[in-house]
Amino acid sequence: MTIDTSVLNALRPDMTRFAYLLLRDQHAVEDVIQETMLTAIEKQDGFKNKSSLKTWLFSILRNKTIDALRRGKREVNISTLSNDEDDGLEEVLFNHHGAWNMETKPNTWSNPDASFEQKQFWAVFDACLNHLPSQTSRIFMMREFLEFEVDDICKELNLSTSNCWVILHRARTKLRLCLDTKWFSGQGFQASRS
Amino acid sequence: MMNCKEANQLMSQELDRKLTWRELAALKFHVTLCDGCANARKQVSFIHHACKHAFGLEDEKK
Ligand SMILES: [Zn+2]
Repeated sequence: MTIDTSVLNALRPDMTRFAYLLLRDQHAVEDVIQETMLTAIEKQDGFKNKSSLKTWLFSILRNKTIDALRRGKREVNISTLSNDEDDGLEEVLFNHHGAWNMETKPNTWSNPDASFEQKQFWAVFDACLNHLPSQTSRIFMMREFLEFEVDDICKELNLSTSNCWVILHRARTKLRLCLDTKWFSGQGFQASRS
Repeated sequence: MMNCKEANQLMSQELDRKLTWRELAALKFHVTLCDGCANARKQVSFIHHACKHAFGLEDEKK
């Protein structure tokens, strides 16, 4: 079947968001989108509507993004990593017995799934992701958006498995705190519900 | 009983690997008694689901 280019263009904003979260470089993003579009047009005979167009296009985009990540710096710089990461987060959250400090004990997020329908939520979500230190963010995105297994991330980036777990844990903790402040206990969530 | 700091490490790792039954039992036991950790676990799992929904790919499959 022939794919209408206007349909492809309509999917561009989501594709750009995806690539930007992973690559954080406008030029690299444009290249990846360009390559994805060209591949989609070249291979359109292979698209048989079995999967939706968006799913199909995103599978191409995913591969192009992985290539771009590999073309860029292959290894994570361990010294930068420990610098950006070792910020005493756990000392802030937990007391010396490893129990929650009063102020940092997590509250209930009421009906969080309803946020998926809010455009504003995704802006906050992206902002929180972009706020993560770049190496942490890259590992988190490889895991959650590119759906790499942890072992493959470690191999790819020359990190130990336990190192990867620690980094993913920090990423999730930071996102949790960011969403809590900027959405669930803040104005955004209240406003969107009223 | 495991402390909150350890429980938090496991609730992240349960998204990345299969916990041993011993770890899972200890985590489950901890969150039944600790509402802070029960909330943290729900929040972390929400973030995991949000990542799957972030580009509207899930919706299309419906
Ligand atoms: Zn606890």
